[in-house]
Amino acid sequence: MIETRTPSQKALTAVNYLCITLIAFLCLYPMIHVLAASFSDPIRLIRHRGVLFWPDGYSLKGYETVFHNPNIISGYLNTLFYVLVGTLINMVLTSFGAYALSRPGWPFRRMIIFLFVFTMYFGAGMIPRFMLVKSLGMLNSRWAILIPTAVNTWNLIVMRTSFAAIPREMEESAYMDGASDFRILFQIYLPLAKATVAVMMLFYAVEHWNAWFTSLLYLTDTSKYPLQMFVRDILMYDGAGGTTEDANAIYLKELTKYSVIIVSVVPILCIYPFVQRFFVKGVMLGSVKG
Amino acid sequence: MASGRYRLLKQIKRYRYIYLMILPVLLYYLIFHYATMYYAVIAFQNYKPMKGISGSRFIGLKHFISFLESPYAWRTIRNTLVLNAYMIAFSFTSAIIFALMINQMQDGKYKRVVQTVTYMPHFISIVVVCGILVEFSESNALFNDVIALLGGERSSLLSDPRKFRPIYVLSDIWQNVGWGTIIYLATLSGVDQSLHEAATIDGAGRLQRIWHVNIPALVPVIVVQLIMRFGQMMSIGYEKVILLYNASTYETADVISSYVYRRGLYEMDYSYGAAVGLFNSVINLIVLFFANTLSRRLTENSLW
Repeated sequence: MIETRTPSQKALTAVNYLCITLIAFLCLYPMIHVLAASFSDPIRLIRHRGVLFWPDGYSLKGYETVFHNPNIISGYLNTLFYVLVGTLINMVLTSFGAYALSRPGWPFRRMIIFLFVFTMYFGAGMIPRFMLVKSLGMLNSRWAILIPTAVNTWNLIVMRTSFAAIPREMEESAYMDGASDFRILFQIYLPLAKATVAVMMLFYAVEHWNAWFTSLLYLTDTSKYPLQMFVRDILMYDGAGGTTEDANAIYLKELTKYSVIIVSVVPILCIYPFVQRFFVKGVMLGSVKG
Repeated sequence: MASGRYRLLKQIKRYRYIYLMILPVLLYYLIFHYATMYYAVIAFQNYKPMKGISGSRFIGLKHFISFLESPYAWRTIRNTLVLNAYMIAFSFTSAIIFALMINQMQDGKYKRVVQTVTYMPHFISIVVVCGILVEFSESNALFNDVIALLGGERSSLLSDPRKFRPIYVLSDIWQNVGWGTIIYLATLSGVDQSLHEAATIDGAGRLQRIWHVNIPALVPVIVVQLIMRFGQMMSIGYEKVILLYNASTYETADVISSYVYRRGLYEMDYSYGAAVGLFNSVINLIVLFFANTLSRRLTENSLW
């Protein structure tokens, strides 16, 4: 591109880079603060004022408390279960649906797409949904966390669009060779659309990892709670306010909040950068049409 | 006739696995979306869990009327609309501006790092985001340290109804400004370079090219994004509201969907909650239709 290098253009570039760097820093800073605080000394942390780039004092007491908390361990295991099984259910149903709805010759395609897309814009609401789950006997069952969110319509439509972009000849010749639609889906479509598949898996997995509201609605048994529910309890309702406790216990509780945040966000934050280059495929637009 | 039936059979046979594949997906939608709508009838009933839907008395629009006549109607409708207006005015636009800024960067490692870093908050759960907000908002914590540094008064930020909306919107910008750029950056990378070259030859500076080339290229995407944003208006962000609000901030924080949760499920007033929820959904659909029609008339961009 032809680029004029006048002083004012250069200044503009410099200002732009400066602003972007500042925004990126602001996006990152809260997590730096939390990370530094989580390794701090509990008493010094309470007295600390202002920003924090490095632990104030050093202790692992926060992490010790977190990992000795049986709720956190069971929450972690439950979350792993919900993420693995939930994402598996999501992916199977989403790819089945996307494959079926990307068959141009199949007569019911348009009708079913309408049926699905309509639910993106109109829902009966939280209470009817609660009553449905209740009447299916799913209350306080792990299925209540997995099944009501089995398909995300947006993801289904995105996946359908990426399947529809695959040349028809591939499928037709495979079909002539006697391959069933299941084989065509698993051996041709999913591998060819692997970028989209990767993004969809990440989106679904993150959704499960971060979900808490469905547990609040449908679960009463804390042994089935995912990690986020316990994180919520610790962050929101475990504040330093108890008058019966001694000061040290209160300081430790404050420290524990930071440690539990780190423990609960690290797995996701380690994974998403690897899928980053495919993100564009997952937020594709224009895909809602048709 | 016979050949027609033969074709039909052949078609069913050709697509037999397709039917098998769509079956579980269709069942999911029929049960968890369409059957759910059946339970919405309790909005028109004096529903008693003991009696069930068939045994509960039909009372028509009584719950809707009592909601609309209550002081909660105006408060929650107003809060929903105002919060959404703030979000569109600040959060929605900030991603567009940030995308235009990133687009001016040279491709390379630094650009990728900026993107990775600004995407990060999007992946943090709403529970953790709200936990951090609660922590930082306490009167002796970070936000107040900054306010005090700038010469302001220390206060407990989350119990002040005047501060709820700024906190909600600013934290939303923090969480989504980077993530929101993806779609715009993808669109900008598809802009024909010859347009930029022609504009440069005509003497357009960088800012003029952004204004005359880049922004027009984004308009169709922005419009569709905006319509979809309208379509989610009434349901947006209630998890965050429920985590952040408290009785002292209901005045500005309580939105329709958080009210549905509190009255309907927390206080177990199922029928009333369902009525308010249904009211919410219907308004939502009307807003979406209105936005779509308006956009089709004005810009020829629409969802359908």
